[in-house]
Amino acid sequence: MTASADPVLDIRGLTVRLPEGADRAHAIEDVSFSVNRGEIVCVVGESGSGKSVTAFTVMGLIPRRELTPVAGEIMLEGDDLLKQRPRRLRQLRGERMAMIFQEPMTALNPVMKAGEQIGEMLEIHTSLRGEARKERVIRAMDEVGLPDPASMYDAYPHQLSGGQRQRIMIAMALSLEPALLIADEPTTALDVTTQARILDLMKDIQRRHGMGVMFITHDFGVVAEIADRVVVMQHGKVVEQGRAEDILQNPQHPYTRMLIGSVPGLVPPDRPLRGHGEPALSTIGLNKVYGSKGLFGTGRVVHAAKDVDLVVQRGETLGVVGESGSGKSTVARCIVRLVDPTDGEMTISGTDIARIGEGALRPHRRDIQIVFQDPYRSLNPRCTIGQSITEGPMNFGIGKAEATDRARELMRVVGLSPDALDRFPHQFSGGQRQRICIARALAMEPKVLIADEAVSALDVSVQAQVLDLLDDVREKFDLAMLFITHDLRVAAQICDRIMVMQHGVVVEQGRTRDIYMNPQHPYTEQLLLAAPGRDTTFLSAG
Amino acid sequence: MLRYILIRILATIPVMVIVAAFVFLMLRLSPGDPASVIAGDYATAEDIARIREKLGLNEPILVQFVNWIGQLLRGDLGTSIFSNLPVTTLIGQRLEPTLLLTLTTILFTVIVAVPLGTLAAWKSGTLIDRFVMLFSVGGFSVPVFVLGYILIYVLAMTLKVLPVQGYRSPFEHGLGPFLWHMVLPTLTLSVIFIALIARMTRASVIEVLQEDYIRTARAKGQSEFTILLRHGLRNAAVPIVTVIGIGIALLIGGVVVTESVYNIPGLGRLVLDAVQSRDYPIIQGLILFFSFVYILINLLIDLSYPLFDPRIRY
Repeated sequence: MTASADPVLDIRGLTVRLPEGADRAHAIEDVSFSVNRGEIVCVVGESGSGKSVTAFTVMGLIPRRELTPVAGEIMLEGDDLLKQRPRRLRQLRGERMAMIFQEPMTALNPVMKAGEQIGEMLEIHTSLRGEARKERVIRAMDEVGLPDPASMYDAYPHQLSGGQRQRIMIAMALSLEPALLIADEPTTALDVTTQARILDLMKDIQRRHGMGVMFITHDFGVVAEIADRVVVMQHGKVVEQGRAEDILQNPQHPYTRMLIGSVPGLVPPDRPLRGHGEPALSTIGLNKVYGSKGLFGTGRVVHAAKDVDLVVQRGETLGVVGESGSGKSTVARCIVRLVDPTDGEMTISGTDIARIGEGALRPHRRDIQIVFQDPYRSLNPRCTIGQSITEGPMNFGIGKAEATDRARELMRVVGLSPDALDRFPHQFSGGQRQRICIARALAMEPKVLIADEAVSALDVSVQAQVLDLLDDVREKFDLAMLFITHDLRVAAQICDRIMVMQHGVVVEQGRTRDIYMNPQHPYTEQLLLAAPGRDTTFLSAG
Repeated sequence: MLRYILIRILATIPVMVIVAAFVFLMLRLSPGDPASVIAGDYATAEDIARIREKLGLNEPILVQFVNWIGQLLRGDLGTSIFSNLPVTTLIGQRLEPTLLLTLTTILFTVIVAVPLGTLAAWKSGTLIDRFVMLFSVGGFSVPVFVLGYILIYVLAMTLKVLPVQGYRSPFEHGLGPFLWHMVLPTLTLSVIFIALIARMTRASVIEVLQEDYIRTARAKGQSEFTILLRHGLRNAAVPIVTVIGIGIALLIGGVVVTESVYNIPGLGRLVLDAVQSRDYPIIQGLILFFSFVYILINLLIDLSYPLFDPRIRY
């Protein structure tokens, strides 16, 4: 799309001060960029880059006591937003600029009907009342492709799917046809197929209404799909901006190059299978049924995993890919026996552990270890990381001195200083914490390592490092790795074989390269088609 | 929903049976002969025999229990030893002042405490917030009888703007005199509940104001006041309603001191009189009655949740 130089939003030299005692003086510093009518500008950066602070400053939604704009101006169609009175600013929010957020579940009021939440926008800014307002809301809901808007008007957010909730948010934001739409990671919390549909919807609506969109994301796949221009931020500063094609194909700044270089390619490398020997882990006909019979036998039953057969050999990585609710995490939880499988066999080093009691299971617990998605919540904040790493081995009778020696060695393996063992989790970054979680798992000397979305919460550059680390330890300790992810790019790079799950059922499994090159099941095909930026070759890909 | 109500009502039966058994055993298991305990230190042998006969204490204990449960099922809570009136009649006579005092107290409490707590939450961290919290700590700390007498001394005896004591039924004397006499007891009883509910409201609203949908409402350009009421308070309601409900239940059983201070002829005074005169049937009846009210109010609170939060369905 060619955009005329008609800026809806023009940010000039914006600097926002952080409170004293923060790790840097300014949240953002001397930020300048503009969003023209009819174009989508992606603001890209990792966590802490200041992209969200910029967006919230434009909307006037930052807590002024903590974050104070100290220099620059934010021009919205000629009005400097930093100079407006609160009352005028409230009027501009909704009428001329609107925002949608990352997590549509929490961004909607859980006790208000969806239609009424859209209607509230009209209530605040227009004189529409009663039936006329409702009609307008239903029209807005229709425009964002919500099925049967008249009945969905009365639905509460918890009764809707993630994609529907985000459509409600979009309908709300667009109900007054604002000149500027700010979207803060609007598809990050959604499944990949839903993400693709929401991105299509946003492009479509943006084209029809000709508004300017400031789109915040960390995902270069999404950038490739949607951006006209790109602004790259690092440590609160704009390091590079320009046309999307230029930035994606010919990035100038080393940081941009590093970011783009870290995006895993969608083409799996051509390499021989690495598994060898007896299966380290196998399941036959694994089932997990959730839900109980109600008092009168009318309970709801969910078949979370259905007849799952899998085999992982030592030295290889099996990927389990699927969207939320596909049952991939249920399989992981069953294998670690965090939940008990309903039936089926689960063999680890020759023993069926699907049904044995806690006492008999205990020696096998060491053999299977898991690394979870969120490194911020999977380490006990009150324990030093040394305590977290040595706790497991010590539970199995290893002396403290020996366990500590091993922990020091593992810290080196995961690329951290052994002297950091007496620090607490909050003193580490997200990527470092995930390294600690890996060290903790390795301390048990497992045969099988399960990574449950272990890199999904990490920034893309950190993600690449942690992926490398996982592959290193797999090789070094000859582990069988079960890698659970929703991210097809990540799976393409690390997995030898792939298992695709949908609604608790394995729809397809095979060599990664075969599946990506020649998917057999329509759902696999759908997933691959939905992967954002699949038509763009990033620097590192291939 | 109907099924849930039915299950909950059925579930109260075992609770009431346990309470009934406890109440029954309380008298029988107390050391010594209950009849002589009831009769007191200066009773004659005939008195004790008469009381024993009257309470059926000569029967085996299991027979006594079955008889007693049978009585309860017929709605008979027994007869007062001293006034010879049925306990149900006595409770009925004293119910009105207590219920009305509970009502005025809870109304006043909610009207003051919820806005106060919301204000403190909104202005959290400021001087206003600290002032409200200071009042809250104070409200918890002052004993009811101390506060009662201070209020009587200042407002009734020194300033002479309110009556010292007594109760006027609104059905006999009209609303004016009733309210006139209710001001002091209501004020006295309210303080601790205002402190409690204001704190609860503040905590609940502060938590809700951190939520993403509050930010969404701001992004819509909604005014702070409407955000506070429509998005904040409604989401904060469930814990607040719970505390209010518990407050009502506590009030009905917990007005002993206040009714004594203000000489109000309610259930609290009945408790006090019964304990002083060792009128066991009345004490037993009141314990059963209070337990029943407590269970009933808890059920009503639970049933009210879906009104505030559509995610809760029975």
